[in-house]
Amino acid sequence: MTAATLANVAYLLSSALFILGLKRLSKVKTARAGNQMAAGAMALAVVGTLVEMETIPWQWVVAGVVIGGLVGGIAAVKVEMTSMPEMVALFNGFGGAASAVVALSIFWGTGIEGLDGAEHQIVDLRTAASALGGAEAFTSALSIVIGALTFTGSIIAFMKLNGSLRNGKPILLPARHLINGLLVLAGLGCIAWFTGVAAGPDQLLTAVGALTGISLLLGILLVIPIGGADMPVVVSLLHSYSGVAASAAGFVVGNPALIIAGAMVGAAGLILTQIMCVAMNRSLVNVLVGGFGEAATAEDARDYENVTSTGPEETAMLLESASSVIIVPGYGLAVAQAQHAIHELDQELEKMGTTVRYAIHPVAGRMPGHMNVLLAEANVPYEKLVEMEAINGEFATTDAVIVLGANDVVNPSAIEDPQSPIAGMPILNVHEARSVFVIKRSLSPGYAGIKNPLFERDNSMMLFGDAKKMVQETLKELREL
Amino acid sequence: MTGPLLLGLYAFLLACFVGFELISKVPPTLHTPLMSGANAISGITIVGALVAAKTTEPTVSAILAVAAIAFATINVIGGFLVTDRMLRMFGGKK
Repeated sequence: MTAATLANVAYLLSSALFILGLKRLSKVKTARAGNQMAAGAMALAVVGTLVEMETIPWQWVVAGVVIGGLVGGIAAVKVEMTSMPEMVALFNGFGGAASAVVALSIFWGTGIEGLDGAEHQIVDLRTAASALGGAEAFTSALSIVIGALTFTGSIIAFMKLNGSLRNGKPILLPARHLINGLLVLAGLGCIAWFTGVAAGPDQLLTAVGALTGISLLLGILLVIPIGGADMPVVVSLLHSYSGVAASAAGFVVGNPALIIAGAMVGAAGLILTQIMCVAMNRSLVNVLVGGFGEAATAEDARDYENVTSTGPEETAMLLESASSVIIVPGYGLAVAQAQHAIHELDQELEKMGTTVRYAIHPVAGRMPGHMNVLLAEANVPYEKLVEMEAINGEFATTDAVIVLGANDVVNPSAIEDPQSPIAGMPILNVHEARSVFVIKRSLSPGYAGIKNPLFERDNSMMLFGDAKKMVQETLKELREL
Repeated sequence: MTGPLLLGLYAFLLACFVGFELISKVPPTLHTPLMSGANAISGITIVGALVAAKTTEPTVSAILAVAAIAFATINVIGGFLVTDRMLRMFGGKK
């Protein structure tokens, strides 16, 4: 067998393993094996590529792998589970950057360095299409555009998720739709110019520079108007883009494993984006236009009447007499790192014979499945986490609900007030329970920027304070009873 | 349209369908690990980065290739490790 045949067998096996790995990743029992299988597929594809290459510039390969391996490995081991959303956003950005830089490097090697006519005393005036091939030139342009946009978009998403950019609030530029529209048109023009019009090294360099610059800028401008809590949708979508960018790079280098794996990731990202939008009852366009929650007038404590405030002692007494308790976690749980504390409270209640379950809203937290990961870290068995549709009918027969750092996902306005900005969004019907304890730092509005009438209900009691501290104090009182 | 390009487009299209089919039935519990795992898979672009590093001369294209290899490796190593860390918590307590 020649090296090329051997490599192609490796790519074929690798593609099959990627598909099997992704299939296993979609079931709880086999997920870990699936992830390892995908990692194996990756190793196989890398080995295949090395076999196929005639000469391997080891100094570059080793330098790149050592730098990337150290950064990625250390980050993966050190990151807190509560910071997982921003970590995934950041990694995703690097994936996009990698695809864009691959296309840039190939273009530079063939299109600029390959065209350099200095030694022949003639200047080569070929276009990218004639130097690289038409399809390769076009997919290079796509890979650069999508990859660069994914990179800056993901960095902005990362900064919004960790709160370093205006604490995740939308940034609304005047005439932003016009600016973005013009940039998109300019980008499309640049793709055409780069692919088939620009001739010779000078023009090609200008074209590729413009293409890269516009894409980087567009990535920033498209994400800044979107608020922090909409980041699950944005990250899923950017995730889809990074798959498409990888697939485009696959067309440039003519590697089928790269085309296939990239396409699958692209499709997976789109599905997740769709799931997130349905869970918020909003269209993708509505999310991407941005500015959600800015329009609503900021309401504060003055707008609330008849709010009942309580303390850990009273909460513990009421919880002790409850026979069923449902815990509703939200982003506040992640911020306060209260997952271990709530699990202790949960175990204490179970010891007393109380049934404890967790109700998981699909968009609770800052990432699809964010709450599940945090509670799994605290060793809460996943059988106790119940999805919204499955548990919504049971709130009416539940003695006590603990809302832990969640707000909009338990706002009854969504079903009772057709004028509300969140009207029609599926919510957890916690207001139907006999008593509701809301652990929250203040009466400040949630992401949607609207009042939550749940706090005024007769069956609601507010525990103002840090989620972790309040849970720990309630647990202490419960043990002393 | 030439042969390899056409075959590439077929592969792309079919892989999109496979991706849709596989992911549409995933339980919400797995959304985060799935995103992070699929994200690691998109690091497959490391294969392209290796191909790009074809010369031992320190040319612009070679330096860009090193950057691409480094970015892709962060994604691959970091992505698979972090996904494994999450999934270990999901399964390893019985």
